[in-house]
Amino acid sequence: MAVSLIEKYRNGCRPTNPRLPIVHIFCFSQASCSEAKCELQKRNMTENGLGHRVLNMDTMNPNVKRVEYAVRGPIVQRAMQIEKELKEGVKKPFTEVIKANIGDAHAMGQKPITFLRQVVALCAYPDLLEDDKFPEDAKNRARRILQACGGGSIGAYSASPGIEIIRQDVAKYIEKRDGGIPSNPDNIYLSTGASDAIVTMLKLLTSGEGKNRTGVMISIPQYPLYSAALAELAAVQVSYYLDEDKCWSLDVGELRRAVKVAREHCNPRALCIINPGNPTGQVQSRQCIEDVIRFAAEEHLFLMADEVYQDNVYAEGCQFHSFKKVLFEMGPEYSSVVELASFHSTSKCFMGECGFRGGYMEVVNMDPEVKLQLTKLVSVRLCPPIPGQALLDLVVNPPQPDEPSYATFIKERTANLDILAEKAKMTEQVLNTVPGIHCNPVQGAMYTFPRLSLPEKAINAAKEKGQAPDMFYCMKLLEETGICLVPGSGFGQRDGTYHFRMTILPATEKLKVVLKKIREFHKRFTEEFS
Amino acid sequence: LPVRYILVCNGCFTFQTNQPLFLISLNSTDHFKPNMTENGFGHRERVLNVDTINPNVKRVEYAVRGPIVQRAMQIEKELKEGVKKPFTEVIKANIGDAHAMGQKPITFFRQVIALCVYPDLLEDDKFPEDAKNRARRILQACGGGSLGAYSASPGIEVIRQDVAKYIEKRDGGIPSNPDNIYLSTGASDAIVTMLKLLTSGEGKTRTGVMISIPQYPLYSAALAELAAVQVSYYLDEDKCWSLDVNELRRAVKAAREHCNPRALCIINPGNPTGQVQSRQCIEDVIRFAAEEHLFLMADEVYQDNVYTEGCQFHSFKKVLFEMGSEYSSVVELASFHSTSKCYMGECGFRGGYMEVINMDPEVKLQLTKLVSVRLCPSIPGQAMLDLVVNPPQPDEPSYATFIKERTANLHILSEKAKMTEQVLNTVPGIHCNPVQGAMYTFPRLTLPEKAINAAKEQAPDMFYCMKLLEETGICLVPGSGFGQRDGTYHFRMTILPGTEKLKIVLEKIGEFHKLFTEEFS
Repeated sequence: MAVSLIEKYRNGCRPTNPRLPIVHIFCFSQASCSEAKCELQKRNMTENGLGHRVLNMDTMNPNVKRVEYAVRGPIVQRAMQIEKELKEGVKKPFTEVIKANIGDAHAMGQKPITFLRQVVALCAYPDLLEDDKFPEDAKNRARRILQACGGGSIGAYSASPGIEIIRQDVAKYIEKRDGGIPSNPDNIYLSTGASDAIVTMLKLLTSGEGKNRTGVMISIPQYPLYSAALAELAAVQVSYYLDEDKCWSLDVGELRRAVKVAREHCNPRALCIINPGNPTGQVQSRQCIEDVIRFAAEEHLFLMADEVYQDNVYAEGCQFHSFKKVLFEMGPEYSSVVELASFHSTSKCFMGECGFRGGYMEVVNMDPEVKLQLTKLVSVRLCPPIPGQALLDLVVNPPQPDEPSYATFIKERTANLDILAEKAKMTEQVLNTVPGIHCNPVQGAMYTFPRLSLPEKAINAAKEKGQAPDMFYCMKLLEETGICLVPGSGFGQRDGTYHFRMTILPATEKLKVVLKKIREFHKRFTEEFS
Repeated sequence: LPVRYILVCNGCFTFQTNQPLFLISLNSTDHFKPNMTENGFGHRERVLNVDTINPNVKRVEYAVRGPIVQRAMQIEKELKEGVKKPFTEVIKANIGDAHAMGQKPITFFRQVIALCVYPDLLEDDKFPEDAKNRARRILQACGGGSLGAYSASPGIEVIRQDVAKYIEKRDGGIPSNPDNIYLSTGASDAIVTMLKLLTSGEGKTRTGVMISIPQYPLYSAALAELAAVQVSYYLDEDKCWSLDVNELRRAVKAAREHCNPRALCIINPGNPTGQVQSRQCIEDVIRFAAEEHLFLMADEVYQDNVYTEGCQFHSFKKVLFEMGSEYSSVVELASFHSTSKCYMGECGFRGGYMEVINMDPEVKLQLTKLVSVRLCPSIPGQAMLDLVVNPPQPDEPSYATFIKERTANLHILSEKAKMTEQVLNTVPGIHCNPVQGAMYTFPRLTLPEKAINAAKEQAPDMFYCMKLLEETGICLVPGSGFGQRDGTYHFRMTILPGTEKLKIVLEKIGEFHKLFTEEFS
C-alpha cells in the first residue's frame, strides 16, 4: 500500500481517498524524493546544459500538492471548457452552462444594492460629490470614508488591520446585532474576504510536530477552504460528522468521539463551525451553540465561528445566534476564558458582493501578545483592498430610517432575502419529489446538499473510471444538461453516501428549469444503470 | 501522567543550524489540562499563546510597518489629544504610498472604476466615451455584468489578455501568453504564492531563496513564515548598489553547505536602494541562474520609475528572450507587477499580476488550484490593473489628459529623486547614492561610537530613527529592517512627500543629524 502510494505520488497523482492519514503523505514526500533527485538534476544540468525544471512535481511544496478545492475543481474546469465549445459552435444537448457550483449571487443575476454602489462610486471618483444625482446620505458616507483614507484617496494603503473608523463601525454593528454586548474595535481585523481571515487564524494556530501537531476540528460535510488551508499548513484535519438524519445538526457526542480519537495522533486545538451551514444549509439552535461552547471550554479548544451567512436564514422557527452573543450570555465562567474568532464577509447575505473581497474577523479573549503577532503578520500583506473595506463599512452601517436612501435600501434588501427564501423552499420541495433524491430543508445559507441513491452499477462504472461516484454523476449531468454542480465528495460525506452541492441562486425561472432537468436526469441515470 | 504530557512540559529551547535561528517551542498548554475539570477553567493558559503559536509566524519581521510606525501612529494620536511636541504633524516617509502623500489619482482610471461600480453612470454625459467603453468592456467580462461577482481565480480573461498585450508591447514584440498571466492581490500576494510553491525539503534539502541585502522585507517575512532558508547576497553600495555576479556565486556556494538554493529574487528598480540594473548585469544574472539551476523571480513593480539619465528599465523577460533559446527555453522566470507604484500609485486597490515563463505545465495546474482556494483577487483591483496595461490611446478623448497627468507625476518624482540625493549629500555624515529609480533613498549614516553604545539593545539606526521621530515627527525605517553589511547604518526614506514638504523633511533630517552627531561626540 505504502509503496504504491509513493509511486502514485511521485507520478503526480493525488491520493483519491480524502480521509487518508495526512501524516503519512507528509513524511515520505519530504524525506525520500528530494535529495537524490536534486543531486541528479544538478548533475544533469552541468553535463548537458538542460536538465529538469527547478520547479517540478517532485520538487514543489508537497503541502500544496495535497490541497484540494472542489468548488473550483475538475467539474468547473470542464464547465468552462464546454462554455468555450458552445461559443465555437459545438453542438450540445443544451445551449448554456448554468453554474450552480458557487455562491456567487451577482453572477446569477442578483442586482447590487444601489446605495452600496453609489457610495463606492463616489469614493472612487470624488468629483461626483458635486453631482446632484447622488443622495445626500450616500455623499456623507463617502466623505466620511474618504476622510479616513490616507490623502483622502481609496488609492492609499490603510493600517493593516483596516481603516480605524470602519473597525469602529464593525464593532458598533456587532454590538447592535448582539443586543448590546460590547465589542472592541481593537478586536476587529478587516480582511480580504472571510477566507483570508480564516487562513490567517489557522496559520497562527498551527504548530508542533508529530503527535503534538495542531489538529483542527471541522465538520463533514465542510466548506473545502478549511481542508485546503489545513493541507497547505500541514495541520491535521479532525473530522466530525453532521447528522444528516437530523437535518445536518451537530451533536456534541460526535464532537467528543472525534476529539478523543484525534488525541491519539495529534493535538486538537481548534474547533471550526459554519453557521448557517455550508454546504448543508442548517441553522444551529441556541442550545446547540451553548453545548459547543461548553465542549470547547472543557476540551480547551479555540473556537472559530464562520458566520458569513448570518442574514441568510429562511426556515420558520430558525434564527441566527452569533457565537459571541451566546458565549457572553453564558456568563463570565465562559465569556472570560473561551477564545473565539468569528468571521463575516461582504460576499453573501443580501448584498452578495463577492468581487470586492471585503470581510472581517472579531477575536475574543485573544492573548494580547498573540494579538501583536497577528497584527504583525497581517502587516506583511499591507492591507485588505480599500474598495472592499469601504463596501464592508456600508454593510455594517447601512442607511438609517431618517436618511433619504433608507426606503430603497430596505426594499432592495428585503426583496433579495425574500427571493432567496422562496428559492430555498422551492429547491427542497422539487428535489424531494424525485425518487432517489432526499433533500433536507434549506434552513439558511445558499445551498442544498441532497443525498443521492445511486445504483450499484453506476458506482461500479465510476470506480472503473477512478472517479468518486458522485463526481461521475455530476460530470454526466454537466455533459448532458449543462448544469454545473459540485459532487459531495468535494465536501466530505459519510462513506457510502453520495451528494451534490447546488446553489439556490439561479433566478427563480431558471432555477425551476434546473430542478426539472436534474429530476429528469436522475430518472434517466437511475434507469441507465439499473 | 501520560507520556505525552511529560514530553511537552519543556518550555522552549533553541538550536542553531548555520545562519538563521530556529526557535522551536513546544506546546505547554496540555500541561494544564488535567487540572481543568478539578478547578474550572479559570487558571489555565490560553489555547493560543506565545508558546503555542506557529513558531514561523513569530520569526516574521516587517520593519516597514514595525515599531517606528507603531510609535508614529501613537504620536499622531497624542498630537490630536493636544499633547505638546516640537512639531505639529507626523510625516510618514516610511512607505511607498503616493496618494497618502498627496499624489492625485489618474482621472481616467477613477472614472472607469466609478462607471464599473455604478453602471447607471454610463448614461451620464459627463463621462468621456473612452472611459465608458472601457467600463462596458470590463463589465461584459464580469459574471452577471457586475464587479460584485467572483472572477476566474487567475483573473478575468480579457484582463489577462490585456496584460499579455502590454508585456508584448513593452518588450518589443516578444510574445506573451495570457495563460501565463496570473492576476493577484497586489504583487505581494503573487510573490508569496511563488515562494510557497518553491518551498520543500527538510534540513539540508530545504529550499533556499537568494535575496538581496538590503532587501524589501516582504521577502524575509515570507521566507520566515514558510520556514524556507534565506540566502543573502549583498549589493555593492560603493558601486551604486549594483549587483555583482561574483557575490551571487559566493552566496550560493556558501548556502549549498546547509540548504538547497532553488530561487533567486531580484528587485529592479531596487527597493530600498533605488538602483536600476544595467542590461549587462541582467544578462549575467540570467546566465548565473541557468548555471546554478535557479528559478528566477523578478520584482519589477517600479518599472516606470526610472529617473536618472542613461538608465533604462529592461525587463528580465525581454533580456531572457534576447539571449536566445539556449536560455529562453530553459530558465524559469516569474516576474511581478502591481498597480501600487509607477505613476498611478493605486496601492489601496491591491491590483497586480505575475507572468510565469517556462513553468512546468503540471506545476501550473497546481498553481491554478492553489489560487482557486482564495477564489479571486479583488475585482476593482483587477479593473484598475486593466486600465494601467490598457490606458487611453492617442485617438481617444482622454488621451491628452492622461498623458499630462502621467508625465507630471513621473516628472515630479524625478525632480524629488534628484533633490533628495543632492540635499542629503550636503550633510556631513550622510552619504547618499543617486536615486536612479523606484521611490526611495537608502543613505548611509556615519554614527558616532557613543551613539552606537547608547543604542544598547536597539539597532543603532533604529535608535537614530526613533529619536528622529520623537524630535521631528519624521517617520523613516531603519536600515536594519532591510538588512545591511555589518557595521553600516542606513535608513529608508520615500521621496514621495510633496515637493515643499520634502524640502522641509530633508532640511530637518540634516539639522537632526548634525545635532545627533554633536550630542554623541
